[in-house]
Amino acid sequence: MSGDGAVAEGIGARARRKEDARHLRGRGRFVGDIHMPGLREVAFLRSPMAHAKILSKTRSPDHALDIFFSEDLVGVAPIVTRSSIPGYKVSQYPVLATDKVRFVGEPVAMCVARNRAIAEDLIEQVEVGYDELPAIASCAGGRRENSELLHPEWGDNLFLETFFDSGVDQIIASAPISVELEMSCARQTMHPMEGKGVLAWWDDRADQLVVHTSTQVPHLIRAGLAECLGIAQAQIRVAPPDVGGGFGYKCLLQPEEVAVAWLAATFKKPFRWTEDRREHLVAGANARQHEYHIKAYADAQGRLLALDAEVSVDTGAYSVWPFTACLEAAQAGGNLPGPYHLAAYRCRTYSVATNKPPFAPYRGVARPGVCFAMEQVIDAIAQKVGREAWEVRRDNLVPASAMPYTNITNKHYDSGDYPEALVAAKNMIGLEAFRAGPRRDDKGRYLGIGFASFTEQSAHGTKVFASWGLPLVPGFDQAHVKLTPDGALEVAAGIHTIGQGLETTLAQIAHEQTRVPLKHIRVTLGDTAMTPFSTGAYASRGIVMSGGAVSRAAEVVAGRIKSIAAHLLQVEPAAVGFAEGRIFAANASVSYEDVGRAWYLRPDQLPETVNTAGLEATEGYKPDVDTGVFSYATHAVRLAVDAETGLVEILDYAIVEDCGRMVNPMIVEGQTYGGAAQGIGTALFEESPYDDNAQPLASTLLDYILPGPTELPSFRIDHRETLSPYSAHGIKGVGEGGAIAPPAAIVNAINDALSPLNAAVRQVPASPRRIRDAIRRARPSQAVAPEAGVAR
Amino acid sequence: MKSSAFELKHARTLREATELLAAADGDAKVLAGGQSLVPMLNLRLARPKLLVDIKRASGFRELAADDKVFSIGAGWTHAEIEDGVLEDPTRGLLRSVAHGIAYRAVRNRGTMGGSLAHADPAADWVSTLAALGATIVVEGGGERPKRHAAESFVDGAFATKLGEAEVISAIEVPRLSADASWAYHKICRKTGEFANAIGVVVLDLKAGLQRVLAGATSGSPALLPNTAARLAEAGPRAACEIVAEEIRVVLPNLDLDTQELHAVAIRRALATLGEGQRR
Repeated sequence: MSGDGAVAEGIGARARRKEDARHLRGRGRFVGDIHMPGLREVAFLRSPMAHAKILSKTRSPDHALDIFFSEDLVGVAPIVTRSSIPGYKVSQYPVLATDKVRFVGEPVAMCVARNRAIAEDLIEQVEVGYDELPAIASCAGGRRENSELLHPEWGDNLFLETFFDSGVDQIIASAPISVELEMSCARQTMHPMEGKGVLAWWDDRADQLVVHTSTQVPHLIRAGLAECLGIAQAQIRVAPPDVGGGFGYKCLLQPEEVAVAWLAATFKKPFRWTEDRREHLVAGANARQHEYHIKAYADAQGRLLALDAEVSVDTGAYSVWPFTACLEAAQAGGNLPGPYHLAAYRCRTYSVATNKPPFAPYRGVARPGVCFAMEQVIDAIAQKVGREAWEVRRDNLVPASAMPYTNITNKHYDSGDYPEALVAAKNMIGLEAFRAGPRRDDKGRYLGIGFASFTEQSAHGTKVFASWGLPLVPGFDQAHVKLTPDGALEVAAGIHTIGQGLETTLAQIAHEQTRVPLKHIRVTLGDTAMTPFSTGAYASRGIVMSGGAVSRAAEVVAGRIKSIAAHLLQVEPAAVGFAEGRIFAANASVSYEDVGRAWYLRPDQLPETVNTAGLEATEGYKPDVDTGVFSYATHAVRLAVDAETGLVEILDYAIVEDCGRMVNPMIVEGQTYGGAAQGIGTALFEESPYDDNAQPLASTLLDYILPGPTELPSFRIDHRETLSPYSAHGIKGVGEGGAIAPPAAIVNAINDALSPLNAAVRQVPASPRRIRDAIRRARPSQAVAPEAGVAR
Repeated sequence: MKSSAFELKHARTLREATELLAAADGDAKVLAGGQSLVPMLNLRLARPKLLVDIKRASGFRELAADDKVFSIGAGWTHAEIEDGVLEDPTRGLLRSVAHGIAYRAVRNRGTMGGSLAHADPAADWVSTLAALGATIVVEGGGERPKRHAAESFVDGAFATKLGEAEVISAIEVPRLSADASWAYHKICRKTGEFANAIGVVVLDLKAGLQRVLAGATSGSPALLPNTAARLAEAGPRAACEIVAEEIRVVLPNLDLDTQELHAVAIRRALATLGEGQRR
């Protein structure tokens, strides 16, 4: 597509990221970097109890204007997320706690001062009387008969229970083999490098509340703030600055965001809250905690016949807005069959309300959990039938010849060769040579190889989101493209840049259509006052949806550039083409600046029939088939397990991935590495444990271990490029995929390594303690240490 | 996560530091490298009225040597020890341990004396200096400095023999002879994290030093005298055989898994005895 001989800057080019120049020099501007006269800093008093009635809230009278309780926030509505799914129970998530607290870290009071330290001093002036209630600290606890109710009006602690059955009983009765596994994933925090932050002020000139918030979804935040504050949307401008990572944590309306916006709207002054790491670790422990109980049935060769699954999600105390408290379970139930051909499937899901922070969709949304569960099932089947796990995997994957393929949960896989990626990964990791070699290394460590294959539904379409019952269905993104009088290109889209490189990749797509040099393309994102509507950056949708819109708008502007150029060159528009940064007709050419000057400065020279829409256009985009495009990959890992210490060293990590047309392979690789690093965190390190009273046990980075450079391997990556038949340029999303497979691949490799000891780990993180315990349990005569709550 | 208000005073001399501490009625903390104290301040777990900064105070960076002992001022940083800016009287043990403390950014500021005063059970110097039989010199509690044996200086987690108006001025490290061998093994989940178990072995028969120590316990480090005696008599392989048994005796309150982990750390140290100084 970009083969016209010019320096490749369009789709497929390894162009350097436009945003790096400022970030590498520390010259980006995040919420914390904004200076404003009279700015006041906000600190929140947070609940120390997991579940309690609030008996009293006390401040001295002289603090009426710098300490605020729920009662002070007149006119502020709680965050309420409805769903169209029958049986779904709605929670009232107060901006500041009213009569009850439901998790440790829930905001109870808001304190304001000229700096954060003094605001934190004010917190100590507040007295809150609590009457502690029994806390729900687990799914099992929440579902127990007569358990304490988080929301008494519900009658139980279930946001939602779902059931799907394609009819499995007959197949189960006659299946030659079966395996049964119980598996679980720890609760996690997401840890974007920049935590959450929001600064709000009142712009008297525009008569608008202006909100600089660290968000993935500025246009949605405008809608959410309007709803909670009772302010017209036109009176709110959400203008996000640089965002230091989102991962799903910032695609939600947060109570602190509403509270700070209320301060600015009420007092007409600037206020800021900056989340600190402790707040994030305690109040932001909101992801990944799933439990699986799966029975799988297969033939004697290991071909899957049926899957019978129960999935519980430890959903926390409230529903987040707008993604509901059942998105996770819906995704888990829908995605569990993964990339495999499966004819019979039964799945029950429970979204259990617990006294923990409200569950949020973290990079991969449910799929790291389902991949972790399903890929262990495949390995267990392989072990049972005595075959190599990769062979059983290959035999069960949907073959390329079946594409496009609609699976048992009605997911429409658009294109790809899943088995080929698996085989390529197996060859990269060197399985055959490994099997011929020793099982232990010279230090006595046990060696293993593990695989994980998955599909990643990206840019889920409107119907998919509607089927999850979301109150807001993500629509068709628009983009605006404009040629400036001096021949540069301005691109505006409502999606936001959160570190994923959209300022570069959207420019590459605009270049692809217009051939304006990349350095002359400027991309503006996110600001609701400056960009057309977009639902935002999540669900690996940006490059497909906003990319599609930029492509369309740029295509229209390109046509108009050609029309004016044709007039200047005195030829028909069809005779005009782009090359070498100019517009040619045979050997004659004009520059983009000539075209811009003609339209903006010398319109008198243009013909009577000129298109007065000019050199700018806003266009929208919807893929031809609106059910998402599926990226896929296989990860393969070789590692060593020290059986005495339980420590794991990753020796080699190979990824074969296919995200359709790569707009910028360097960015695809960066996304994949970053995701895989987070996946390794899930697999081996990260955990937010709670005690039986739902008290969080990891409140600093001493207790919550993030992988660092020394824990990460040098990933090896190989690309496939199977275009999507449905999207512009055949592009698929890739933002989440890297995070999906590592827990599965790593645990499969650990269990492969430990197979001589008959030990297996079924929980992530596969911490040293869990590995040591698994080995100890496998020793027949030894006393078994109790499962440790805290991974050590 | 911002500290509560405090007053900051910069001591010019060691003597001035102890005077400031004495005048503060127990409501003061000494600020050296700040690598443990500042996070504690920001978490508001430490809320002193006064911080006495000794970074530029004279008297904390003295070096003194004779043929038995090398005395290191408490204000030397881990990085300076790692880089060999000062002599290592232990034939490489101090440098090797310093290199493994946290991250370079922490090592650049953190000091040996600060680490001992903070007394995190998992800190490397607490174990290393106890295993070496070092002496910790403390001033401010009278006219003459007090001397504490390193193995009894730490009373438990974050608890030491340091009085309210006292500071650590120096650490006297015994010189190891040319025949000495040492080994240090720590087990931690991630490079730079605090250890879950530390095993230290120091064997210098010429200097009468034979010590095996389990560190990163839940309290003060524990010496394993039987294992050490066995090592001196019959060598590391024989010593390994009795480690697990002695761990159960000296660390009876730990669970089975943690006891096993400490035994592993010590056995691995024994298995590499002497390799460190040959490197």
